[in-house]
Amino acid sequence: MRNVIIIGSGPAGYTAAIYAARANLNPVLLASSVEAGGELMNTTEVENYPGFPEGIQGPELMTKMQEQAERFGTEVILDDVTEVSLGGEVKTVKTGYSGDFEAASVIVATGSAYRKLGLADEERLSGRGISWCATCDGFFFKQKTIAVVGGGDSAMEEATFLTRFASKVYVIHRKDTLRASKIMQDRAFANDKIEFIWNSEVVGISGENAVDGVTLKSTVDGTESHLELGGLFIAIGNDPRTHLFHGQLELTLDGTIAVDGRSSRTNLPGVFAAGDVIDPTYRQAVTAAASGTVAALDAEHYLASLEQEANHNPEIASAVAATV
Amino acid sequence: MSARSVSESTFDAEVLQSARPVLVDFWAEWCGPCRMVSPILDQIASENVDKLDIVKVNVDENPNLAMQYQITSIPAMKVFKSGEVAQTIIGAKPKAALEADLAAFLA
Repeated sequence: MRNVIIIGSGPAGYTAAIYAARANLNPVLLASSVEAGGELMNTTEVENYPGFPEGIQGPELMTKMQEQAERFGTEVILDDVTEVSLGGEVKTVKTGYSGDFEAASVIVATGSAYRKLGLADEERLSGRGISWCATCDGFFFKQKTIAVVGGGDSAMEEATFLTRFASKVYVIHRKDTLRASKIMQDRAFANDKIEFIWNSEVVGISGENAVDGVTLKSTVDGTESHLELGGLFIAIGNDPRTHLFHGQLELTLDGTIAVDGRSSRTNLPGVFAAGDVIDPTYRQAVTAAASGTVAALDAEHYLASLEQEANHNPEIASAVAATV
Repeated sequence: MSARSVSESTFDAEVLQSARPVLVDFWAEWCGPCRMVSPILDQIASENVDKLDIVKVNVDENPNLAMQYQITSIPAMKVFKSGEVAQTIIGAKPKAALEADLAAFLA
């Protein structure tokens, strides 16, 4: 049995791993088979992570975090968690094809997943003109008229990035003001290729084999209009990735995993959560990293208390000896 | 074993004229999910050498192939059988999910 299993490989997961590994807890980190590195793998320049005054590419930052975690003895496994059992003293985590893992503690850092519009043709046209990742797919929209849906930082970043390829980028937003930070807004406003469509939501997507347009509905007077497009990028936010833990971990009204105050403690002893999966508000690389630190320290404290308990109670000493 | 690359000049001979089904992995250096799915495809290829051929097309170097097959999102995996597209898989997926998608060609 292990000391700690970390589920997730974004800034929260890797930072938890760095701290846990430096505390000699020999963590195993289950990184996912195809989404290892998390959301930053789909970004370009990261300009607000301290320590990189010239900025750093998202994928490069994640590679460095992984290297740092591995340097101190983290075992990184590129596989997906399929099932967890967290209630008992021994936590079990099952993976796609790397077998089952057991540990005395688990840190959940599964982040969040792209939110969908929830329209009938969305699934059918995904990858056929609908995309959630400008850096992955922008290349295929050279000289096309496209649109980004959303009003946050990621929508502004995507729109600005896409002007490298597209001839015109509409930004479709439900309100008449943006949620994005000032610097991201200013960049988008200053870009000649970007045009804002305010107070509108996408209520339909058309196209036989590829997207050819969207139906917009005014959030002010309900009138509908059609907009011809060669591509649609959706950046309307994320939902915490909690499906593996339903029925075991308590959630908040926001859908994030509930933790005790400023700690990472969930409703189950020995189970900690960190990063975007507990954060409906800030969701930055650096806040996720900080949250990963909290989880590692909480897990370390928990394991130490188990050991102490064992010292006072010889009956469970043998069970814990296998852990430490 | 790493999948071999095909280009616009070799696509016809290696893919369209192939006697066996060929999975073409459309990818690019700058695509993070492509880097994740590539070793999984290599594994599937080495476990099914006698059933399915797996090759790669770099979309930066072969833009005409990307355009011809209407690639707008990568990784995009297309299985060609007798010169026709028999199946399209878009996006990186875990090995088990890819194997399920490709079941008809791996049986």
